[in-house]
Amino acid sequence: MANKKEGLKTIWYFVGIVLTLMGALVMLAAIIDLLSAVPAKTVLANLHPGLWWGGLMILTGVIYLLKNKGKVVK
Amino acid sequence: MHTITLSFIDWLIILVYFAAVIAIGYYLKKFMGTKEDFFEAGRRNSAWVAGIAFVSANLGALEILGWTGGTMKYGMFVSHFYWIGAIPAMLFLGIYMMPFYYSSKIHSIPGYLRLRFNEPTRVLNAISFAVMTVLMSGINLYLMALVFYVILGWNLNLSIWVSAAVIGVYITFGGLLSAIFTEIIQFFLIWFGLFLVSVLGIVELGGLDNILKTLPERMSGLWSTAANASSNEMGVTWVGIVLGLGFVLSFGYWTTDFLLVQRAFSAKDLDSARKTPIYASFFKMALPFIVVIGGLVAWKLQDLGQLQLLSHPISGGAWNDTALPVLIARYFPTGLAGLGITALLAGFMAGQAGNVSAFNTVFTYDIYRALFKKDATDQHLIYVGRVVTIVGVFLSILTAYAAMRFNTIMDYIQAIFSWVNAPLFATMLLGMFWARCTSAGAFWGLILGMVSSFGMFVGINFGWINAAILTFSDKPSDMGNNMWRAWWAWLICFVATIVISLFTKPKPKEELVGLVKGLTAESVSIDEPWYKKPAFIAIVALAILIALNVYFW
Repeated sequence: MANKKEGLKTIWYFVGIVLTLMGALVMLAAIIDLLSAVPAKTVLANLHPGLWWGGLMILTGVIYLLKNKGKVVK
Repeated sequence: MHTITLSFIDWLIILVYFAAVIAIGYYLKKFMGTKEDFFEAGRRNSAWVAGIAFVSANLGALEILGWTGGTMKYGMFVSHFYWIGAIPAMLFLGIYMMPFYYSSKIHSIPGYLRLRFNEPTRVLNAISFAVMTVLMSGINLYLMALVFYVILGWNLNLSIWVSAAVIGVYITFGGLLSAIFTEIIQFFLIWFGLFLVSVLGIVELGGLDNILKTLPERMSGLWSTAANASSNEMGVTWVGIVLGLGFVLSFGYWTTDFLLVQRAFSAKDLDSARKTPIYASFFKMALPFIVVIGGLVAWKLQDLGQLQLLSHPISGGAWNDTALPVLIARYFPTGLAGLGITALLAGFMAGQAGNVSAFNTVFTYDIYRALFKKDATDQHLIYVGRVVTIVGVFLSILTAYAAMRFNTIMDYIQAIFSWVNAPLFATMLLGMFWARCTSAGAFWGLILGMVSSFGMFVGINFGWINAAILTFSDKPSDMGNNMWRAWWAWLICFVATIVISLFTKPKPKEELVGLVKGLTAESVSIDEPWYKKPAFIAIVALAILIALNVYFW
């Protein structure tokens, strides 16, 4: 642990960042699809899976971010 | 040929993944002060972090794609690889073996062999492990490129070089800690990126029961068709499953493969190290909900004439490994498609990173330091570890190109596990639980086990040995052959080690303290409530395992 100038951030914090960013992109794509005149051609597209799955990812990511903000590994 | 067309947002999602793993590697670089930081992730991880990394190191995309496709062929039997073929061994590792591994402060499995036996046994295992690891990494790299070529039309060379370069960069920066961090991100991506396929498949097909009740009887049970080898698609009886898969292959892999056990060594204390494989067992048990259900959905859709697998670019036949990507194309619109592909990409890359990080540790500690520079400083070892990382990545690339040119060598390389790990498990078992086991017994037993396993593999493949004699089945599948070959290799190593040990001189007992059960003080768990103790958590895992097997009998 030489050269250490600050505490090591927990991995859960990075998980939060990645899930939030990716969830936002998945949701954005779903919203664009929803507003588009041409509906997605995938099976069960009427359920708008990207919308609620992206939302679930954002929720999970934000929880991880908030719970682990500022936490460092001892 | 390809089936998925990615949009701008899909590419952005893939970019976020690449940026995240490189940024994490760069961030971790400044924490790499000592050799323990680089090779053992500083031994500071909680049981949850180490546990998820432990299961993720096994959760490569090849495994997911292969078993989803395998379910279309073998049906519910594939669940054996996730349940009886994994859980008992993981629990045994946590409860009985981890105290010897962790308390002896070794850096690697070969390190234990040196302490328990001698230097030649260590070097034999280190070299075989290093070769196996780098070859597996190369095969992984080649198959990744092939999968992405088929489903996305990506250039083979570009896939190989870009993914290898990214892995090389982040492991060189942050060592094992980088590998563990990215494995945990991979774990979340795989669940978020692939579980939805199963959910949407079940919704489309009107429920899991609807799928299960239309499966042919040969594919629908776990044990109900295991009395006779001709009653199931795998061509194996319950004896082969229990002895070959549940005992030898599973214990050989989960308790002695350093790629996995290295994750437990990164835990902050013995209690966390023991809980590492026990926590991991719950995640392992859950994976059939992605893999097997995905495979069953693909089988049902194919049965209804609504799904067509992609062709293998070399054999030209339907390629079962493309089942999951075809389902991604079927259910995932823009955005989700990028997430699904990122999950596969993360799975492939984390699998290779795991191989590379295990390779650099074993090479640096058990080959370089053991044979060439016993007095190396921490800084020197970290430098060597970084150089070896780059070398390992290049050797993987070379293997990938060799596999591309000579496709049949893949069959040999993929069988390496049963050449190396099955006999090693006999050596470890006797070493840890029988003080009379000698160094000569271990060394020659291991060699006999490895040579006999290789001999059986070559003999069956070239028709010199009748597979029916070894497998008790007229039409054993490759899986059935693997299971029985592992059993015989284990038995040969086990018996040879005992016989040779009885005729050679054992180490004095005082040299075996901390390494052998019976000569080592039983570890006392830290003061914590009963429901947090490793033994209780293991009993819960075992109860769930039994319940799943009974339910899907």
